[in-house]
Amino acid sequence: MQSSEYPRLFLLIFPAAIIFIAFFAVPMARLAVVGTTGEEGYAAYLSMATTPRHFESMVATVLLSFGVTITALIISTIAGLFLVRNSFFGRETLISMLTFPLAFPGVVIGFMVILLAGRQGLVGTITNALSGDKLVFAYSMAGLFIGYLYFSIPRVILTIMAAAEKLDTSLEEAAQSLGASPWRVVCDVILPALKPGLIASGAICFATSMGAFGTAFTLATNIDVLPMTIYTEFTLNANIAGAASLSIILGLVTWVALFVARSLSGSSVAASA
Amino acid sequence: MKHRGLFISQLVFTLFVCAFLIVPVILSALAGVTENFFLGIKSGLTFRWIGEVLNLYVDTIYLSLMIAVACLAVTLIIGLPAAYVLSKIGGRTARFIEETIVLPVAVPGLAIALALIIMYGGFRDFRSSWAFILVGHVLYTLPFMVRSVLAVLSSMNFRELEEGAASLGASFWQRFWTVVLPNAKPGILAGSLMVVTLSVGEFNLTWMLHTPVTKTLPVGLADSYASMRLEVASAYTLVFFVMIVPLLIAMQMLSRDSKQNQKVMEDLPSDKNFQVSDRPNMRNTEA
Repeated sequence: MQSSEYPRLFLLIFPAAIIFIAFFAVPMARLAVVGTTGEEGYAAYLSMATTPRHFESMVATVLLSFGVTITALIISTIAGLFLVRNSFFGRETLISMLTFPLAFPGVVIGFMVILLAGRQGLVGTITNALSGDKLVFAYSMAGLFIGYLYFSIPRVILTIMAAAEKLDTSLEEAAQSLGASPWRVVCDVILPALKPGLIASGAICFATSMGAFGTAFTLATNIDVLPMTIYTEFTLNANIAGAASLSIILGLVTWVALFVARSLSGSSVAASA
Repeated sequence: MKHRGLFISQLVFTLFVCAFLIVPVILSALAGVTENFFLGIKSGLTFRWIGEVLNLYVDTIYLSLMIAVACLAVTLIIGLPAAYVLSKIGGRTARFIEETIVLPVAVPGLAIALALIIMYGGFRDFRSSWAFILVGHVLYTLPFMVRSVLAVLSSMNFRELEEGAASLGASFWQRFWTVVLPNAKPGILAGSLMVVTLSVGEFNLTWMLHTPVTKTLPVGLADSYASMRLEVASAYTLVFFVMIVPLLIAMQMLSRDSKQNQKVMEDLPSDKNFQVSDRPNMRNTEA
């Protein structure tokens, strides 16, 4: 590349740079500053430690996201390995079905949970017919868990399938021929080989769950997950500084998680869309 | 015999997972065309609820489509040149810039929306126009366009092609239109589909940025979930599915094609000094 091309390259990237700076970089910096303008000043960034409500909300969100991540990883590993290893009629359709919900917004996923476990939901109808008791849990932590699982499984399963396609099956055959039980093969050969993919997709799943607003908005009328806490601080309590500092913290958490995912996955794991 | 048992138990498990994802979608589609969902299908099928949705919410559908098209236009105009520049400079600088423009996807939409409101909320006319929502959508979808095009440009030797064209006397714009863009076509197509799909479904940013006169489809959905009867909410969701599913199918077909091409390309010598870590995909989108 000749250096005479530099002015042109600069001009070509200029519009994107202007939009990014004017509508993202500067407003985010401003948000970080506004976070310090409340009554507590800079201490607003420590409100996780000083305000019990914020602390509880953070703990609940982290626990929920962590639980969802682990469950999604287990479910997706079993189903993903199965789909990669076997070819049968309808396999492509199953894969399509498992990946469609990727594009559903969080609000729609909340509604899916209402249809499953709400007052007129499927679970309620079935349990009512079986035992006479109507099981309704859409609007509780369990409902959120189901909703988060709903959007996590497609995200995780794609990454795991991409990683599983690259596994060297001769290693497993070697282990088998040396007398390893199927369970040992899974633990000692397959899982270690999948580890980068598992960590990467786990981090994506964790970050998505931490920041999920739409699903919580539809379901969580009285559960304080962090995005809902930020929303209430901003709209109901007009605590703009508090909302700003909490959003900056939440943004940092999700960014770090996704950064981990991207640096660990490298080019080998997520090479297929 | 033992193998067969394992196969079947895994198949049942996978089918169960699929059912978990698909059954609610079917329930919602059914509820949207059922006279009374509580009584079940036997109460009769009807398009009444769909009609009611179109009556109440047709504006949100138009607005969403308009914003999606505008968003696609903007991301193409600013994103294609940006992707070209990144693939041209390559190396660490390009990686750093790429990492930076992906930030709006890594930070929750709620935070970006707050930042935009605090910074520009005072400009009344801008705040109450749909351009305010468009800004949020462009920030959120631009990374997908740039990375999608970048992935294609980095996987082939477009620099050599471009140099060849230059040595034959083609001007920069001639090269851009006749060499770079046609070669980047699969990436542009995939990126465009992703941008439109994400824009039509975006809620987290939009909910904060919207005003009573600028309601998009997902904002209307949230509204109907909170205040309408289940049948109307379901019919509205059905309308949304009808809009989004063709886009998803097109995207899947496209990625299947590119997977096959990729196998061919792996044997060809390609530009190794700049590799994209991750093919663009929708895994990193928000919920």
